[in-house]
Amino acid sequence: MAEIRVENLRKEFGTFTAVQNSNFVVGDGEFFVMLGPSGCGKTTTLRMIAGLELPTSGKILLGGEDVTMRRARERDIAFVFQLFALYPHMNVRKNIGFPLLTQGVSKAEIRRQVEETARLLRIDHLLDRAVSGLAGGDRQRVALGRAIVRRPKCFLMDEPLGTLDTEFRDLMVHELRELHNRIHATTVYVTHDQLEAMAMADKIAVMNHGVIEQFGTPQEIYDRPATMFVADFIGSPPMNFLPFHAGLARGSREITVLGARVAVPEVREDMAPADMALGFRPEHIRFDDASPLRGSVYGTEYLGTTQIVAVETAQGIVKARIPAEQSFQVGESVGLALNTARLSLFERGSGRAVSTALHGGGARV
Amino acid sequence: MSAAAHSVVEPTPASKRIAGAIIILYAVVSMVPLFWIIATSFKTPPDSIAYPPKLVFTPSIEGYCNLFTTRTRQTAEYIASLPPPENFCDEVTRKRNMVIAGPSNFLPRFVNSLIIAFGSTFCAVFLGTLAAYGFSRFKVPLADDLLFFILSTRMMPPIAVAIPIYLMYRELGLSDTALGMILLYTAVNVSLAVWLLKGFIDEIPREYEEAAMIDGYTRLQAFRKVVLPQATTGIAATAIFCLIFAWNEYAFAALLTSGTAQTAPPFIPTIIGEGGQDWPAVAAGTTIFLVPILVFTILLRKQLLRGITFGAVRK
Repeated sequence: MAEIRVENLRKEFGTFTAVQNSNFVVGDGEFFVMLGPSGCGKTTTLRMIAGLELPTSGKILLGGEDVTMRRARERDIAFVFQLFALYPHMNVRKNIGFPLLTQGVSKAEIRRQVEETARLLRIDHLLDRAVSGLAGGDRQRVALGRAIVRRPKCFLMDEPLGTLDTEFRDLMVHELRELHNRIHATTVYVTHDQLEAMAMADKIAVMNHGVIEQFGTPQEIYDRPATMFVADFIGSPPMNFLPFHAGLARGSREITVLGARVAVPEVREDMAPADMALGFRPEHIRFDDASPLRGSVYGTEYLGTTQIVAVETAQGIVKARIPAEQSFQVGESVGLALNTARLSLFERGSGRAVSTALHGGGARV
Repeated sequence: MSAAAHSVVEPTPASKRIAGAIIILYAVVSMVPLFWIIATSFKTPPDSIAYPPKLVFTPSIEGYCNLFTTRTRQTAEYIASLPPPENFCDEVTRKRNMVIAGPSNFLPRFVNSLIIAFGSTFCAVFLGTLAAYGFSRFKVPLADDLLFFILSTRMMPPIAVAIPIYLMYRELGLSDTALGMILLYTAVNVSLAVWLLKGFIDEIPREYEEAAMIDGYTRLQAFRKVVLPQATTGIAATAIFCLIFAWNEYAFAALLTSGTAQTAPPFIPTIIGEGGQDWPAVAAGTTIFLVPILVFTILLRKQLLRGITFGAVRK
């Protein structure tokens, strides 16, 4: 097991820059998730860590060793592919044992290790089956088995649950995390699914257009998004934004939006007048008829214990998550009360978060 | 994928019967020449030219005797003075006032055909597999132009270049050599092999090799252990196509080989000339000539079928 350190990593394909200057450290034994929409560079970053692509510039260190230009087979890592890449001409046992075969491990030892791995993944009853007949979840387990049998320095997983159906995915998310808790392997996991990321990660890097927008724990990323992109990408429904134009002064605790004064966490930086946005999660809204922030109900979406109420304001639709008992008429006028401590301020031009008492601001990592 | 997914309308029993009847009819029509050749090979020379043609006859292996031997005409007195015939061939030859002088050239010519056809097929498939893998997996400079160039070698009938090749081969000393014929057939087949195999290899996800390379294998090992086993269908289908071409090829063989490296196709017609029109011997040569392709095709028929429909059916 080892720490993964990525320094100034960059990858260009011709004129297209897939990854721009990434920096992050995955601690030994951490479960690290790279999250982002398709084409954001997360898979390219993963493939560079694996050695399947060579970076244009930058460094990759595995356990303190510079492996940037080393071949994949010399890096002692394991990779789980989205489509599993189980060798169709080999049975389960041979698939799992394949990585050991090239290491000069004796046949008896391969047998022992394959069986031990299969027991760990609860697929020991499938060892002599052909991989083509296996169900999706079992294929996934075989792919994991092939990865862990060699006890590599780290695991790299490229959307390994992407092809499973939803029901099975939840089960595998749970299983993967449980497996990680047992073997504590440094893991880099790529996904576009925020729920997977939130459920499994110790640390998350949110990527967009080849840039890491934020690096942090799931809580940090959810509660204190560093950029409007992160705020919008994480959460369902995503964060609401209300635009305003103002300058900010260090120490101020109030802004004006929708013609009403709204209390915000104490601002920690001075800013010249600019296009700004007030960001707040749907669950940080209450309906309060006394509030000067007004809107009219546009529609509701019933979710069982809660409901999402869309409210049309002068500055666009705001979605609120409130208890399911309250009922509203479409067109009804409502007042919005915001949870002051949880509000974020963003500069719309750059998308970065303003430094406030809530969080340290959105310097891009 | 189930059969139903391909066809919206299930065939009715009646349409199945009609389709079956058409296939049987077609099979019968196309097998008549085959049957005729095989039947003729077991006829005696008089039966083979009888009119109306005999459908029922006493089978004889005289054609095969004549195919494998050369014979000389002798007087009845000389034949009577010989010891009793050792086998059927001796006996039947003597009945025609001839004795067996020695083995004919058929066997060496047939062996030439085997060496040249299988040798060139091996070379074409070997080179084709490597080239196809390269084109499929690596950024080859001018890949599209190179592929088009390779394909363009098939845009004219090979015989169009017969005269330059004849002159070139004479200068290089490749005329009438097995090596020359293997090179020639390889050159003709390799374009087919590259294109067919590229299609097959393109369909093998590259994740398989990547997985193997991460698991500690070199690219060449990954190619051997992971790509090749999955490309066997394509390789088998390609091999059959190459083999059929090289085996049947007549024009170049007739032009470039005359003696030691002569293949069976130009040799078989020359049998006619030896002592009258010996149709049973010609038919026997043709029948034996059919066997290797028949065996090879039967062995690889599943792969061949998938090779023909490749691209149309996904695994």
